[in-house]
Amino acid sequence: MLDDLILTLIVLVPLAGAIIVGFLPRKGKLIQGFTLAVTLFSFLCTLHLPAHFHYGHTGFQFEQDAIWIANPEIHYHVGVDGISMWLIVLTGLLAPLGVLASWNAIETRTKEFYFFFLLQQVAMYGVFISLDLILYYGFWELSLVPMAILIAMHGRSQGGRAAIKFFIYTFVPSALFLVAILALYARTQTFDFVLVQQKLGSQPGLFGPQALWFISLAFLFAFAVKVPVFPLHGWLGDVFSEAPTAMAMVVSGKLGIYSILRFHLALFPAQARQIAPLMIALAAIGIVYGALVALVQKDLKRLLAFATLSSLSFCTLGIYTFAASGLSGALFHILSESITGAAMFILLGLMYERYSSYDIHQYGGLASRMPRMTVLFLVTTLSLIGLPILTGFVGEFLTLSSGFQVNHLYGTIATTGVILSASYMLWMVQRVFYGANSPMVERTTVPDLFLREKLTLWPVAVLMLVMGVSSTLWFRAIDEGIAPLATQPAATTAHLEAR
Amino acid sequence: MNLPSEFVPSYYRILPEIIMTIFGVIIMMADGMIAPKNSRRSLGWIAVLGTLLATAASVWQLGLAPGVGYSGTVQTDAFSVFFHLLICGIVLVSLLVSLDATKAATEDMGAYYALVVFGAVGMLLMTSAVELLLVFVGLEISSISTYILAGFRKKTGKSPEAAIKYFLLGSFATAFFLYGVALTFGATGTTRIADIASLLPHSSTPSLTWIALGMIVIGLGFKVSAAPFQVWTPDVYEGAPSPVVGLMSTAPKAAAFAVLLRITYDAFSTLHAHWTVLLWIMAALSMTIGNLGALRQQSVKRMLAYSSIAHAGYLLVAFTALSRDGIAAASFYTVSYAAMNVGIFAVVSHVGGYDDRLTLVQDFRGLGYKAPVLTGALAFFLISLIGIPFTGGFFGKFYVFTAALHAGIVWLAIIGLVNSGIAAYYYLRLLVAVYAKPIENSGVMAVPAISWTLAVALALTVGATLVLGIAPGKVLGMAQSGATTLLPAAPPNSGPDSTSPPALAVNR
Repeated sequence: MLDDLILTLIVLVPLAGAIIVGFLPRKGKLIQGFTLAVTLFSFLCTLHLPAHFHYGHTGFQFEQDAIWIANPEIHYHVGVDGISMWLIVLTGLLAPLGVLASWNAIETRTKEFYFFFLLQQVAMYGVFISLDLILYYGFWELSLVPMAILIAMHGRSQGGRAAIKFFIYTFVPSALFLVAILALYARTQTFDFVLVQQKLGSQPGLFGPQALWFISLAFLFAFAVKVPVFPLHGWLGDVFSEAPTAMAMVVSGKLGIYSILRFHLALFPAQARQIAPLMIALAAIGIVYGALVALVQKDLKRLLAFATLSSLSFCTLGIYTFAASGLSGALFHILSESITGAAMFILLGLMYERYSSYDIHQYGGLASRMPRMTVLFLVTTLSLIGLPILTGFVGEFLTLSSGFQVNHLYGTIATTGVILSASYMLWMVQRVFYGANSPMVERTTVPDLFLREKLTLWPVAVLMLVMGVSSTLWFRAIDEGIAPLATQPAATTAHLEAR
Repeated sequence: MNLPSEFVPSYYRILPEIIMTIFGVIIMMADGMIAPKNSRRSLGWIAVLGTLLATAASVWQLGLAPGVGYSGTVQTDAFSVFFHLLICGIVLVSLLVSLDATKAATEDMGAYYALVVFGAVGMLLMTSAVELLLVFVGLEISSISTYILAGFRKKTGKSPEAAIKYFLLGSFATAFFLYGVALTFGATGTTRIADIASLLPHSSTPSLTWIALGMIVIGLGFKVSAAPFQVWTPDVYEGAPSPVVGLMSTAPKAAAFAVLLRITYDAFSTLHAHWTVLLWIMAALSMTIGNLGALRQQSVKRMLAYSSIAHAGYLLVAFTALSRDGIAAASFYTVSYAAMNVGIFAVVSHVGGYDDRLTLVQDFRGLGYKAPVLTGALAFFLISLIGIPFTGGFFGKFYVFTAALHAGIVWLAIIGLVNSGIAAYYYLRLLVAVYAKPIENSGVMAVPAISWTLAVALALTVGATLVLGIAPGKVLGMAQSGATTLLPAAPPNSGPDSTSPPALAVNR
C-alpha cells in the first residue's frame, strides 16, 4: 500500500508544507523550524525507496498511473528506477541542509523564502518521478519559478538581473522542448514516457529521420542549458554569485543530467549516438575551460561556478561514451558533485555570514581563526578535486577511464582537468586559509562553527567518505538503471571511428 | 421545461441580454434618485446582482433545446452559453474591482455602472447572434460603451485622448465590418450565417466574397487588437482607467473572437483556404509585434497592452488548425486569458490607483514587502501569462499548439513558442521588480489594504487560473461541446491529411 503511494507522498509533503508556511505567522524561528521538520520528514519518506527497492526488477517501481486530464490524455504517471532513485534521496537530503544553511542567513521575507524553497522541492521531486512527458514538463518549468523569485528577492546586488538571465536561459530552450513534445504526441498519440519509448523503438517509420533528429536536438538543447554543458553556461556564474545558498546548492547539474539520461538517451538512442562525438568534445573542452577560468577568479562563488562547470562536464563525458562504466560513473558523479558542491556552498555561506565577503584577496590566514571549519573545508576541497577514498574520485575515475577508451585525444585532454582542478582549489585554500592573516581577518573576531553548522556539515563530510569507500552500495541500483542505455564500449568506439 | 426547439419562446433565447438591459435601465433611473454628492456604491451592487442573474439565466439556457429565435437571428447553443458565462464572469469581477477602485462619490459613477452593464448586453448579443446585422448591432453597443468608459477620467489628459483614439479607429473598424456584411449580402443575398454558408459556394461573384471576408476579418481584427490592426491598443490601455482596461481587454475580445469563430468556421467555412492564410499571417505578426513591443515598455499598462496583442496572436494560431480541437482550444484560451488578465488588472488598478499613481515597472519595486498577498496574486498571474505549467496560461497555450501541430502547422507553432520564450522577459521584469528590495519612501508603501470586494475578485481570478491549470477538463469539455455545435460534421477540409496544410500554402 505504502509502496504505491510513497512517490505521491514525497511530492505532497513539501507542497502541503509550503501551503501551511503561507499561513504561519512571521514570528521568531517558527517558520524555519517548521520547514526543517517538513524537509526532514520528506527526507525520511525518500529513504523508503532504497529500503524497499527490488533489485533485479526491470522497469519502473513504486508506480502509480492515473488519468489526470482526459483529452488529450495526460496521465499522472510516476515511477522510480535505478536512475532516479538516488537522485530523489539526494534531493531529500539536501533540503534540510538548505534550511539549516539559511537559518540565519535569510532574515527578511522568511515566509516567502521558505514557501518558495518548499515549492522548489516539489518541482525537483516531480521532475525525478514523472513518467508522463507533460507532467514532467510541468515540474521542469515549475522549478524555474521559485528559483528566479528567490534569486531576485535574496540576491546580493544584481539579483534581479541574474534571475532574469537564469529564467530566460532555461525557458527559451524549454519552449522548443515543448514543441518537440507536442510533435512527438502528434504522431505517437501519447505523452506516456514508456509508451513513447516503445512506439519510437518498434515503429521506426513513425518519423522521418530528419524530424526525429530535430526533436532529439530540442530535447538535448533544453537539458544541456540546464546542466549546463559548455558553451551554454552563461547563466551559471551570475546565478552562483547571486543566489542564496540553499538555492545555489540545487540550481545546477542533477536535473539536467537526469533528463539527458532519462529522455535524450532512452528515447533517441540513435540520435544520441550521432551527436556523441560533439558532446564528448564539448565535455572535454568544458572540463579544461572551466578549470582554467576558475584559476583566475577573484570571487569565491564565481570560482565555484566554474569549478562546477568543469566538474559537471565529467558527467557529460561519461554519458556520451555509452559505456556502462561511463554512464554509471556519470550518475554517481552527479550525486557526489551535488553533495560536495552543497557542502562547499554552505561553507562559503558561513564565511560570508562572518565576513560579508566572497573576495579571495580579502581573506588570508583563516585557519588560525577557524580551525574546525578549515578541516571541513579541506575535506570538501579534497573530495571536489577527486582524491581517492573520497566520493569525488569514483565518478571522475569511471568517466575518465571510459572516455579514454572511446577517444584517446579527448580522454587525455579531460584528464588534465583533474590536475587543473587540484591547482585552482588548493591555490584558493592556500590563499584563504593559510599565510599571514589578512587585515579583514585580523580586524574581525568571529566564532568558529556553531552547533547548527556542525550538525549540517559533519554528516555531509562523513557521507563523502562513505560514498568514496563503499560506492558499491549506490552502484547496485545505478548499474541496473543505466543498463538499458549502455552499449558495449567496443561498439561505441567502432561507431565513433567510423565517423 | 424540455420544450422542442420550435416551441421555445424567442425571448428565452436572449434572456441574459434582457436581464442585463433591465438592470442597466434600473441603474440609470436609480442614479437620478441619489443626491449628487452621495456614494454610488449601491448602484455597483445592483449591477453585480444583474450580472449574477444573467449568469444564472445563461446556465438555465443550457437546458433549452438548442435552436434559433426571432426568425433565426439569435441562437442558443453550447457555444453561445459558453461565451455568455465567460462574459458574465468577466463583468462580475470587473464590477467587484470597480467598487473600490473608482471614486464612489462622484456623480458619474451611475453612468459608469450602467455603461458596463449595457456594454455587457452588446457582448452577450454578439455571441448569441447568428445574423450579421445583429452581430453588428451588438458590436456597436459594446464598442460605444467601451469608448466612453475608456475616457472616463475626464480630468486627466491621457484618458480623453485614449477615448478619442479608440473611438476614431474603432469606428473605422466597425465600418469595415459593416462594409463586409454589405458585400456578403451582395454576394449571397442574405446576412444569416447559416444561409451564407450554404449559398456561398454557389455565389456567382467569388471575388466579392473574398473581399467581404477580408473586410470582416479586418473589422474583427481591430476589435481583438491583432496585428496589423493593433496600433491603438497601447495608448488606449495606458489612458483608460485600469478597472476598465481589465474589462475591455478581455470581454469585448472574447465576444469578438466568438464572432470570428462563427464567421470563419460557419459562414465562410468554404473559403477556409483564404482565411487560414490571413489568420496565419495575423497570428505570426501579432505574436511577434506584441512581444517585441512589450520588451521595451516601461509602463506596466502599456506592457500589458502589448502582451494582450501577443495573446491575441496565440489565440489566432488555434483558428488555423481547422478542427474542432482548434475551436475548443481558442475558446479555452479566451477563458484562461480572461482569468489571468482581469486578475492582473485588478492588482494593477489597486496598486496604481484610479488616477494611475504608480505606472512604471520601477514604481512597483518592493511591492512584495508592503503587500505580500497582493504581490503573490500578481506573481501568480504573471507566471500564468508566461505560460508556466499548473496555471491556466499553460493549458491555454498547450491546447492551442497541440491543435496546431496536430494539423501540421509546425512553423506557426515554433514561432509561437519561441515568442512565448521572449515574452517571459518582460513579465519577469515586473516579477523581479515586485520582489526586489523597496527603495526608501517609494510609492508602494502607500498602497492601501485589500478590501473584501477586491479579495473576492482576486480569489475568483486566482481560483479560475489555478483550476484551469490543474483541472482544465471541465472547461475544455464545455469548449468542446461548443465546438461541436459550430462544427458538427467533419472539419472543412476533412483533416490535415487530405489537402496540403494551410501553413504550407503560406510558405509557398
